[in-house]
Amino acid sequence: MNKIENNKAWFFVIPVFVVVAFSAVIPLMTVVNYSVQDIFGANSAFWTGTEWYREMLRNPDLQAALLRQFAFSFAILAIEVPLGIGIALLMPKKGWAASAALVLVAMPLLIPLNVVGTIWQILARSDIGLLGWSLSSLGMDYNINANAADAWFTIILMDVWHWTPLIALLSYSGLRAIPDAYYQAARIDRASRWAVFRYIQLPKLTNVLVIGVLLRFMDSFMIYAEPFVLTGGGPGSSTTFLSQALTTMAVGQFDLGPAAAFSIIYFLIILAVSWVFYTAIMTLQKDKSAQQ
Amino acid sequence: MKSRIAFIVYLVIMILPIYWLINMSLQTNSEILGELSFWPKNLTFDNYLNILTDDSWYMGYVNSMTYVFMNMAISLTVALPAAYAFSRYKFVGDKHLFFWLLTNKMAPPAVFALPFFQLYSSVGLFDTHIAVALAHTLFNVALAVWILEGFMSGVPKEIDETAYIDGYSFPKFFVKIYIPLIRSGIGVTAFFLFMFSWIELLLARTLTSTGAQPIQAIMTRTQGASGIDWGTLAAAGVLTIVPGIAVVYFVRNHIAKGFALGRT
Repeated sequence: MNKIENNKAWFFVIPVFVVVAFSAVIPLMTVVNYSVQDIFGANSAFWTGTEWYREMLRNPDLQAALLRQFAFSFAILAIEVPLGIGIALLMPKKGWAASAALVLVAMPLLIPLNVVGTIWQILARSDIGLLGWSLSSLGMDYNINANAADAWFTIILMDVWHWTPLIALLSYSGLRAIPDAYYQAARIDRASRWAVFRYIQLPKLTNVLVIGVLLRFMDSFMIYAEPFVLTGGGPGSSTTFLSQALTTMAVGQFDLGPAAAFSIIYFLIILAVSWVFYTAIMTLQKDKSAQQ
Repeated sequence: MKSRIAFIVYLVIMILPIYWLINMSLQTNSEILGELSFWPKNLTFDNYLNILTDDSWYMGYVNSMTYVFMNMAISLTVALPAAYAFSRYKFVGDKHLFFWLLTNKMAPPAVFALPFFQLYSSVGLFDTHIAVALAHTLFNVALAVWILEGFMSGVPKEIDETAYIDGYSFPKFFVKIYIPLIRSGIGVTAFFLFMFSWIELLLARTLTSTGAQPIQAIMTRTQGASGIDWGTLAAAGVLTIVPGIAVVYFVRNHIAKGFALGRT
C-alpha cells in the first residue's frame, strides 16, 4: 500500500510514546545509571565507567549461562516449529470439531508461568507424578534434582508442551487463508502430498512463522519462572539461564552495579539477535511486494 | 482418518499434565502422598472450598483479573491510534519508532524488576493494580501495535477516503466504521494481551505486597513449614486455567481468521 507522507501522524503516536517512555525509558536509564557507578549509600557513588561491563563479560558463570541460554532457545525452536506446523496440518478444519480443537490446543498457553512450573514439578516427581513414576517403573533412573540430563529433558519437554500451541495456532490460521482453488489446481496436476506442502502451504506460512519464531525466541530468551519452579536452576547450575543468573545477582547479593551492567549486556544481546530477525522479515516482505 | 487419530493422540498427551493437576486437586493430601492414584478414589472438593471461602485466597484472582483488564484497556487505547498511524502514514522516524517499540517486547522482565520497584515506590503506586498494569504495558503495548498494524494494513485505504467524502469526521469514522472492520484483529490482540499479562509473574510479584498481590504469588504460601499443601496448590493451579479458557472461548471465531495477524 502506498502510504501518504504526513508528519501529523505523530499525534496518533504520542499516547504510545508517553506510556512506553514512562514504563521503559525511565527504568532503563536507572539501570544505565547503576551500571557505571559504585553506589554505597544515598550520597556516595563512584564513577566506575566500563569496569563492571568488563568484569561481567569475563565472568565464567555468566558466560556459561549465556551458552546454556542459546542452547535452550535453539533447541526449543528446532522442536516447536516443525511440531507446531505438523499439528496445524492435523487440526480439523470445519464445524464444532474445529472450535473445540482450537480451545483445547490453546489451553496450555493461558496457564501462568509458575503454574506451568508447578505442574511439571509434580509430574516429574517419582512418588506422586505421572511422568516420574512411569519412567521409574520402566527402570530408568530418572531424577531431575540429581541428574542434569533429566533436568534438561524435562525443561525442554515442558517448554514444548507449553508453547508449541502458539506455533500451531499461528500456522493453523495461516493455512486457513489458502483458497481452495490452489488445492484443486494441485489435484489436477497430481501433485504429491509433499509437493502440496512444499509449494503451496509452506510459502503461505512463511509470514506467520517468522512472527512465531520471533516471539518464541524473545520469550524463551527471558525464561525465568518455569525453570525456577521446576529445578531451581539445578542440579548445580546446569539449568540456570540468564534471567535467573541476573535475579540471583541483583536480589540475592545486592550487587547493583555488576547486575545492572549485566542487564544492559543481556538486553543488547536480545536486541542484536532480534534486529537480525526483524531486518530479515522486512526485506522478505519488500521482496514480496516487489514481485506483485 | 489417520490424521484424526494422530491429532487425538497429541491432544491426549497434551491434556495429561492438566488432567494430573485436576486429579490431584480432587484428592486429600494423605491420598496424594500415600500412593499413586490415577483418579481420585475419595473424591473431595475441600481444596476448592478452602480457596473459594478464604478471601486472602480468592482476592488473588480478583487482583490478577483487575490488573490484566486494566492493562488490556490501556494497551488497546493507546495502540489503536498508533497502529493506524503506522499503517496509513509515512512520517519522520516511523521505522525507528516502530523498532524501538518492538525492543520493549524484548526487554527481559528480570532487567526491569528492580528499577520498576524503585520507580513505582517513588511515585506512590507500589502495591496498586495500576502499577502492575502500567508495568505490563512495557511488553504489551509493543505487541498490540505490531498485531493491529498488520490488520489495519489489510483494510483498503479507499474505505477511509469514501468515509471522508460522505462527511464523516475522523473520530466518528474511526469508531463507527474502522473499528468494526478490524474486529477480528482486536479480538486476537485482546487474546495476546490477556495471555502475556495473565501468565507474567516476575513483575507482578515485585510490584505488589498485600493489597494487589496476584494469585501466582499467593500460591507460594502453600509451601509451609510442615511441607507443601499439594491439594490446595493443585486446586489453585486449576483455577488459574479457568479465566484463560473463558477468553479462548470468546475469541474462538476470530482465531482462525485473526491469528495470522493479517499477514497472510
